[in-house]
Amino acid sequence: MSFENYKNLWVLIETEENTAKNVGYELLTPGRQLADKLGEELVAVVIGGQVEDVAKKAIAYGADKAILVEGDEYYQYSSDACTYALAELIKKYQPSSVLIGATNNGRDVAPRVAAKIGTGLTADCTELGIDEETGNIAWTRPAFGGNLMAKILCPDNRPQMGTVRPGVFKKSTPDDSRTGEIIREDLHIDPAHIRVHLLERVKEVAQAVNLEEAEIIVAGGRGVKSAEGFAVIQKLADALGATVGASRAAVDAGWIPHAHQVGQTGKTVSPKLYIACGISGAIQHLAGMSGSDTIVAINRDPEAPIFQVADYSIVGDLFEVIPAMVDEIEKLKA
Amino acid sequence: MNILVCIKQVPDTTAIKIDPVKHTLIRDGVPSIVSTFDAYALEVASRMKDKDKQSRITVLSMGPEQAKNALKECISKGADEAYLVSDRVFGGSDTLATSYILSGAIKMLEEKNGAPFDLIFCGKQAIDGDTGQVGPEIAQHLDRALITYASDAVMEDGKLKAKRESDEGYDYLTADLPAVITVVKTAYEPRYPSLKGKMAANKAVIPTLTSQDLSGLDLAHCGLKGSPTKVRGTFTPTHEKNGQKIEAETGDEAGRTLVKLLSQAKLIG
Repeated sequence: MSFENYKNLWVLIETEENTAKNVGYELLTPGRQLADKLGEELVAVVIGGQVEDVAKKAIAYGADKAILVEGDEYYQYSSDACTYALAELIKKYQPSSVLIGATNNGRDVAPRVAAKIGTGLTADCTELGIDEETGNIAWTRPAFGGNLMAKILCPDNRPQMGTVRPGVFKKSTPDDSRTGEIIREDLHIDPAHIRVHLLERVKEVAQAVNLEEAEIIVAGGRGVKSAEGFAVIQKLADALGATVGASRAAVDAGWIPHAHQVGQTGKTVSPKLYIACGISGAIQHLAGMSGSDTIVAINRDPEAPIFQVADYSIVGDLFEVIPAMVDEIEKLKA
Repeated sequence: MNILVCIKQVPDTTAIKIDPVKHTLIRDGVPSIVSTFDAYALEVASRMKDKDKQSRITVLSMGPEQAKNALKECISKGADEAYLVSDRVFGGSDTLATSYILSGAIKMLEEKNGAPFDLIFCGKQAIDGDTGQVGPEIAQHLDRALITYASDAVMEDGKLKAKRESDEGYDYLTADLPAVITVVKTAYEPRYPSLKGKMAANKAVIPTLTSQDLSGLDLAHCGLKGSPTKVRGTFTPTHEKNGQKIEAETGDEAGRTLVKLLSQAKLIG
């Protein structure tokens, strides 16, 4: 297959109800570096309800151009509609590479499009580079619950596609003076081809848990001992403006809902600061949080594996340590 | 309801250790299990069958001959029959090739049954590869409705109702059948094998489907050669950091010192 006709690096900016997910903007950061190295343009692909602002913002975050597809069928995520639109765009423009955020929706649309086009897709990447020898994108991803990292290439098919975990890359500082063409594409799927329909959207606003985009996470494990114990974790989270996470042990014990679970059977997170309280650090938990920039571990057991990944360690009782932390944070704020 | 559950036999990743010298995975003595989310998928299917006894559950897997043990486990938990796709030419398949081969097997079984499966369940991802791509790719190859990341799915008045996880809560979705559903951790645990199920599993003869049985497949799209993604190298990440130990007389003092350090490092405040 000749790749001459396949040009430019695309980043899909996922939107939901007219708002972009952060990961789309984040991916423009490595996208910019890769495009510059390859001598290609960086193109943001924005599919949504009314999302022209998102396209403009993508240019401010570093895209050279944006392709904009708007329609009611894209206002709330539809697997059929989004697959249709992205696959049509790829067929028309033939990008060399496509980066997609590894959110639930990104991991829904990416494999469908890859199968439709018949190309390779690497899941959940945590590192992106260029293979010196071949000029292909080098996709690095964890497998075996984070026990193994694999470097993957897609040498013989285009576009090369990959999903990338939220929070791995940081958004650049937006430059509103940047200009770039916004190309509108009028793509509408035949409504008969939309086979999945939303019956009801339940927003648990009172306890919205957005661990993947949290900058600070305070997480509790078996050492928290009870549902009441999580009130102590919550207090520290409130003081820091953080989101509460939990280990599987705490979720399985029924102390906190599953939406808070970090690890292999929960969310994969990479905040700037992760404070693990009473979490031993089983490999499944580490798989979900070892990508955090800075890790703090508070645990009574000096042998707990969590200390091996911690930047700051306290061997002690979280019920003594945390109230003192809250008190000290309040002092800082005052 | 005619239900298919796709499963994968995987090493229990919770039991995997790293060789401290060679930095490779030690797989010896690691038990093989039905991948965690596939077990949840089977449970969702089994609950549908509990309500509608006429339902039939078929289980399908691709892998080596030993994977029949995992399929037998599914029969012991209530599946009616199982098939294993196994052939050397399928070895080394990436997700695209795997989903292509499984789709070929599904088409063959549907032809044999004279009707498509109403529902095809998969786990959200296997716990060894963690890609989560095979389920959606099967939906695409077969051109079916797809609901991913469902924590529950039931039939209500002949219509499918699935609960899908979202960032802010969850969505209730319905889909035209036939459909593909990928399943996350459910609120309930998978059932234990029944005595009757164990007996059925002992007696079960699990057919192996080879490339000859799946004559509709283009072998150029199967196996290592038919896989667009190539593994260039693997390495084990080193988690060890030389972190700072905060030592103090009391927990109270340690907590206060920690906040000061985090603040100095501009991590908080």
